[in-house]
This record gives sequence, structure tokens and C-alpha cells, in this order.
Amino acid sequence: MLLDLFRNKIILIYTLILAVLSVSVLNLDSNPSKGLLSLLNITLLFVPLISILFATIYFFNSIEFTELLLSQPIKRKKVISAQYLGVAISLSAAYALGVGVPLFFLVSGIASLVLVVSGVLLTLIFCSLALLIFVKSKDKTKGIGVAIVVALFFTLLFDGLLLAFIYSFSEYPIDEAVIAIIAFNPIDLARVLMLLQLDTSALMGYSGALFKKFLGSATGSIFSTVCMMLWVVLPLVFSLRIFRKKDL
Amino acid sequence: MEIMIRIEGLTKSFGKFKALDNINLHLQQGQAISLLGPNGSGKTTLIKSILGLVIPQQGTITIDGMVIKKDWTYRAKIGYMPQIGRYPDNMTIEQVIRMVKEIRKDQKVHDEELMEGFGIEAIKNKTMRSLSGGTRQKVSACLAFLFSPDIYILDEPTAGLDPVSSELLKEKMIKARAAGKLILITSHVLSDLEGIASHIIYLQEGKLMFYKSVEDLQASTGEQKLNKVVAQVMRTQLPAMAH
Repeated sequence: MLLDLFRNKIILIYTLILAVLSVSVLNLDSNPSKGLLSLLNITLLFVPLISILFATIYFFNSIEFTELLLSQPIKRKKVISAQYLGVAISLSAAYALGVGVPLFFLVSGIASLVLVVSGVLLTLIFCSLALLIFVKSKDKTKGIGVAIVVALFFTLLFDGLLLAFIYSFSEYPIDEAVIAIIAFNPIDLARVLMLLQLDTSALMGYSGALFKKFLGSATGSIFSTVCMMLWVVLPLVFSLRIFRKKDL
Repeated sequence: MEIMIRIEGLTKSFGKFKALDNINLHLQQGQAISLLGPNGSGKTTLIKSILGLVIPQQGTITIDGMVIKKDWTYRAKIGYMPQIGRYPDNMTIEQVIRMVKEIRKDQKVHDEELMEGFGIEAIKNKTMRSLSGGTRQKVSACLAFLFSPDIYILDEPTAGLDPVSSELLKEKMIKARAAGKLILITSHVLSDLEGIASHIIYLQEGKLMFYKSVEDLQASTGEQKLNKVVAQVMRTQLPAMAH
């Protein structure tokens, strides 16, 4: 399965585009910290969307082969986890190579490492969500539709809703509540994780400042990493449980 | 002869639609059963239930004494050839075959007669993407026969195969039946099953209409050719059975 994915042209193109973007963005700015920020924004915008779309389409396209494998003496859990691992590992490898290698040569440091880690975590999270969408939906078209909606919800809509919430309750002490809400958006978690590393408090925004104020850099980083791990594991566990009883 | 597949009170519905309605069947070794019925009559659902791909609401399926709900290892006894064989685009034939062998690694003896007959060796390094539908069908057939299982489940096996390959596959089915295996075939091309099928199961709207041996049907209809037999049965006996 992994072999198939590594030879997949889309994965190769994805790696190349990431690499070209990284190199050009990093060379554009003399200030490496600014370069990192631009890369962060690219990551937050594209990685979730591409991961969830690619993974969902891949799961649906390989449904006949999945059936063939399931007719062999093998547990369902094993087949579906192998598929998840195949997609998640190859997309993560694409990100780690495409962004990680240029970063390593141009701006090596802890902050770069954190960016790569959060990008990989985002990839894993959105592959998990794609798997959940796959096991829950009956046909491909609907599944892809849901995948797009989920990606857009987390990249765009969530922040809008959060802002509206902060605006309308600005008279109340809602700081803790906002931190709790952020834990429900993996993309925000990744942003906070990265911004806590770069000491650009002005760019940190409301949520980043809150994290620093309430949790401090170290606790804040651990908190958001743990939340992101949960975002990987929980959809995965649900998917495995649903798939056990799914009709193919 | 021993009963290989025992199906009792099998019912499966998708929403309001009843795909299978209280099916009872005992299938024995050495039988070659043709599974017939119009589109949407529940043939695929029946096959998928046996393979554990569809999970029925009621009823039990027992394969060679193993209740399939509890024990997934029973699938080592089955070779399945799907109707549409789609494989990962970038894997080669050899890689796909090696992967399936890896899954069934406790079975050391491989039946590669079909692979030789189809000349798979010569094209083993081609990727699945580059194969024609018929060649993919050949790969599916090879995989189904590779482990000499006790039960063969073949979904439209000869559709899309060239005449030579189709004959080869038919010979293989006859050999398997002679060796005391159980073969379950769905096919709309009845002439392809001439001389292979020993029994006929007819499904309609999820109900079992009849399960009879070909000899019985030939005797009761007075016809010899399989397609004439079935046509005759559908004309005369089915309307009577429906009421």
C-alpha cells in the first residue's frame, strides 16, 4: 500500500510544490522569523485541505481493493489501519521533506523543528478526519463534499465564529473559555504552538497572547501538543469502531 | 458429502429495502452452484454476507463448522474473485500477488497453474494502472485460485475474459469441483456454466425461489441446455411459486 502511495504522482508534486514554496518564501525575507511565519500561514491554509481531500479520495478509490483484502483471512482493523498509516505516512513524509529539508539548510533551529512537527501533526489529524468521513458516508461524492466542508470549517469559519463569540461576550471574563474553545480547532492549536516558539507577541494575536498569559510558553506548548494528539487518536478510534460494523 | 456452508434464517435489509429475506441454504462439497436472479435480487449481498463484508441483521452463517460472526479465520477457506477487480494503480502485479501471499503466509503451497496459463509471469512487472479490464480479471482469478481453498466464490468470472482464457478458467473450475471443492458462481452468461454447474439457486427480491440440482431441473423441464432449462423454469414454475 505504501509502495503505491510513494509512487503516486500527486504526492510527488505536493512535495515539490512545498519545497519550492519553502525555498522561495525563506529567500524572500532577510528576517528568518518572518519567513517562518509566512510558511506557517501556508501550512495552516493548505496542509489541512490537501490532506483531508487526498486521503478521502484515496480511501474511496481503493474501496474495491479493500473489499478484496477483507475477503482474505485478515482482521478488518488491520486492513483499515494499514490504509490509514499508508496515507498518513506518505503525506507526512511529503511535508517533512518538502518543508523540512529547505528549513534545515536555511533556518535550522527549534522554531523550524516545531513548524515541521505541527505540519506533520496537522497532516495526521486531517487524515484521521478523512478516515472518519470515509467510514461514515456511503458514497464518494458525499464524502468528498463533507471533507471540503470540514476543512473549510476549521480553516475559515471557526475563527469567524470565535471572533463573534469574543465580540459579543467581551464584557465578561471569557479568557479560559476561549482557550477551551481553541482546543476544538486543530488548526488554531498548531498556530498557537508555533507562535509560542517565535517571540513575536505582536503577531501572536488574541489566542496566542492568552495562551502565554495563562499557561506560559512551556505549558502552553504541551497543552496544544496533547490536544493535537487527541485530535489524531479520537477520530481514529471512532473510525475503527464504526468500520467494524460497516457494510461494504 | 459434508456441508461446507450452512446459512440459517439470513436476513439483511438496507433501510426499508429487504436485500435478503430469511434465506436457508446448505451447500455441500463437490457442488458447483450457479447463483441466479435478476439485478437487485440479493445475489451480491448473499456473497458479501458469506465473505463477512456485509453484516446481516438476523441469521447465522457457518463455514465448515465455524460461525463467521465470531471467527474471521474462516476466510482462509475461501477464494474470492470479485466482479470488478480494482487494484492500487501504482503497484505491479507481482507486488499485489506477494502482498496477498503475505496475508496468507501460513499457506505454503501455491496453485500457480492459472498464472502460468494466463502468462502472468511475462507481465508481472506491469503496474495495475496499465492493465486492461480483462487482464485485471485474470489477476483476480489467479488470486482466487492461488491457495487451493475449499470454497470458491466467483462473481461474474468469465465476463470480460477472452475465449481462450475463459476456457482455461472453466477447465480450472471443473477440476476444482472434481477435487471435491465447493464453487459458488454468479453469472448471467448461462452457456458459460454448461457442464460446470451442478446446482442452481434462484433468488428474487431477496427470497430464495428454488435450490435444485441441474438434473432435477432438466428432468422436470425436459430441456437439456442450461439456458433453455432456466428460461423454461422462469416461464412456467416461477409464477406458480410466487403465489
